[in-house]
Amino acid sequence: MRHVLSVIVENRPGVLTRVAGLFSRRGFNIDSIAVGEIEDKDLSRMTILVEGDEKVIEQVIKQLNKLIDVVKISNLTNESTVNRELVLIKVKAEPSMRAELQQLVETFRAKIVDVSLDSIIVEVTGDEEKIKAFELLLKHFGIQELVRTGKIAMMRGVKFIKMNGEGGKSG
Amino acid sequence: MKIKGAMMVVEALKRENVDVVFGYPGGAVLPLYDALYDADITHIMPRHEQGGIHAADGYSRATGKAGVCIATSGPGATNLVTGIANAYMDSVPIVALTGQVPANLIGTDAFQEADITGITLPITKHNYLVKETRDIPQILKEAFYVATTGRPGPVLVDIPRDVLAQEADFKYPEKVDLRSYKPTYTGHGGQINRAVRVIKEAKRPVICAGGGVVSSGAQEELIKLAEIGQIPVTNTLMGLGSFPGGHPLFLGMLGMHGTVYANYAVTEADLIIAIGMRFDDRVTGRVDSFAPHAKIIHIDIDPAEIGKNVEVDVPIVGDVRRVLEQMLKKLKKGETEEWVEQIGRWKKEYPLTYSFSQEELKPQHIIQEICKITDGEAIITTDVGQHQMWTAQYFKFKRSRSLISSGGLGTMGYGFPAAIGAQVGCPQEKVFCIAGDGSIQMNSQEIATAVCNKLPIKVAIINNQFLGMVRQWQELFFQRRYSSTCLEGSPDFVKLAEAYGAAGIRVTKPQEVVPALEKAMEINDRPVFIDFQVVPEENVFPMVPPASPINKILGGGTK
Ligand SMILES: Cc1ncc(C[n+]2csc(CCOP(=O)(O)OP(=O)(O)O)c2C)c(N)n1
Repeated sequence: MRHVLSVIVENRPGVLTRVAGLFSRRGFNIDSIAVGEIEDKDLSRMTILVEGDEKVIEQVIKQLNKLIDVVKISNLTNESTVNRELVLIKVKAEPSMRAELQQLVETFRAKIVDVSLDSIIVEVTGDEEKIKAFELLLKHFGIQELVRTGKIAMMRGVKFIKMNGEGGKSG
Repeated sequence: MKIKGAMMVVEALKRENVDVVFGYPGGAVLPLYDALYDADITHIMPRHEQGGIHAADGYSRATGKAGVCIATSGPGATNLVTGIANAYMDSVPIVALTGQVPANLIGTDAFQEADITGITLPITKHNYLVKETRDIPQILKEAFYVATTGRPGPVLVDIPRDVLAQEADFKYPEKVDLRSYKPTYTGHGGQINRAVRVIKEAKRPVICAGGGVVSSGAQEELIKLAEIGQIPVTNTLMGLGSFPGGHPLFLGMLGMHGTVYANYAVTEADLIIAIGMRFDDRVTGRVDSFAPHAKIIHIDIDPAEIGKNVEVDVPIVGDVRRVLEQMLKKLKKGETEEWVEQIGRWKKEYPLTYSFSQEELKPQHIIQEICKITDGEAIITTDVGQHQMWTAQYFKFKRSRSLISSGGLGTMGYGFPAAIGAQVGCPQEKVFCIAGDGSIQMNSQEIATAVCNKLPIKVAIINNQFLGMVRQWQELFFQRRYSSTCLEGSPDFVKLAEAYGAAGIRVTKPQEVVPALEKAMEINDRPVFIDFQVVPEENVFPMVPPASPINKILGGGTK
């Protein structure tokens, strides 16, 4: 099963290596990882998608907790969350195909962000399902290049990740 | 007042009550060595950085204080790697200081540059690359704090040469507060109550005590727990010494080379109380047949150890000593006579034995004589191999910190430098290193260190002319095809010792053992090497073959 972990870390050089290194060393598989600063500029938040059963995830969380630079870990897998990923896709676009492409882009509320003679770049944001569907459709036109940010997630409603609250580090 | 980075390091060491460091100089640490030149800190120079860090490790295990070692950049730093991994596996608090090339040259493949923080990432509890001289006090304070608290471990601090040479204001922090590091020391009240209840209900309980008992100083609490609850105790290799070897409730070591009765007891138990141990594969054997009838209470300071290898019924995260104190307040006298009697019958039926001989020298006999002549009071370090297991089996340890051995990493060459550290830390104690003829050659250059510092370490080389433990596996599992395990070309160890100015004694017959030991005990101004030329093909039994259930035992009865 795939899990979504939100890992708040000290914003220090090498912290990404520490986290990524731990995954490879202990034989855990990262599906995707997205990193960026948060509201407190001393901290970064990593959203990590990791494959494994409950036992594996428990070990992942405990081992991550042992890293001195890791401040807090939340398992968002079973939370109600907003999930987003941003993808840029360069598609072949002969002039004759553009109208059809345009329509597709609108349906998916994507955006055309660059146009050249025979290709365009499309930007799309959304959850996994939407992006998968969009990618599948664009394949018919011919995808030349694709780049994604990795998924980010945030809990819905009043809940938020408190820095000193439950789920804080111990041990 | 502004002082140089190197002076800051010396000042920080003083504030951390460090009075001995083990270090080896070089270009990148020249400023630090200049500051050490007239500092009030004893500096011990090994003959190889690996010797230095193993000595710091032995010092730490013998004294309970953090061990400190220094190496220069590049090859100096990489020579520490085995020692760091060794300390990491056995949770030994070490602060390793390494020099680095000047900050502006980092990343350019400069002369003697190695990315030591990168290299040691997976084998340190934490590590630091210091970027600014003014950061030195804060980082060293943190380094000592992280190394010695929670589950202890090695911390490396890499300092570029120019950072050591430049000046900045020195203010040493009073305390450390890391929002991302808050070890749990006190056990959860509800879990303590559950544990006490489960102990009360148990008919066949066994305590498995590991290195955590030693590092938290919980020997007395462990004895009380065992005596009040009438619960037999077995030790992991790392735990040996935490429970008196002569105690009627003691079962000796468990696991691959454990006693038959310890392994039977664990297999038949209805409750395992695992204290400061981590269910290593050498302890559990095939993990799905480990303690099949037992509930498990697991007490450990590291939450990640709980549930890692075996499923646990009552997890308790906390400092072993504090948790045991909490439990002892509620524990009632246990009634386990039948169980203790049953184990007593196993002890009689399957004792630890070997066939003593009047003609040939047996390694087990030597260990027993060393135990006798020191009254079990010496600090014993070992290398890795058969001699290590015989020591674990036949030496009756009386107190914590009296066995110093490389458990998790199994590092040959550890024993002798560790003995140097132990003797430096405990000058009043008798220190014995029980070594293999293979292992001793991995760090024999340190004889010079021991001679220079007049350390009266007794080194008992169990010389079987083989890489014995590997040979044993080849004998048992590879049809005696002794591929590269015969140690041809070893030096004459007596002459080797004498060449360095140490004493050397040779023993070839059982009758010579005691006189040789007596003679060694009288030498107090230099190391003594005793070359015990033992039978070449003695095996360590009992033995649980790898990945077998621990009650399927070679050379000791199979249930
Ligand atoms: C650095 C290192 N290299 C290799 C090994 C593998 N190994 C384990 S025991 C052993 C033999 C040790 O021989 P010796 O020191 O003579 O001790 P004995 O087993 O004969 O008592 C070897 C090679 C090891 N543990 N450490």
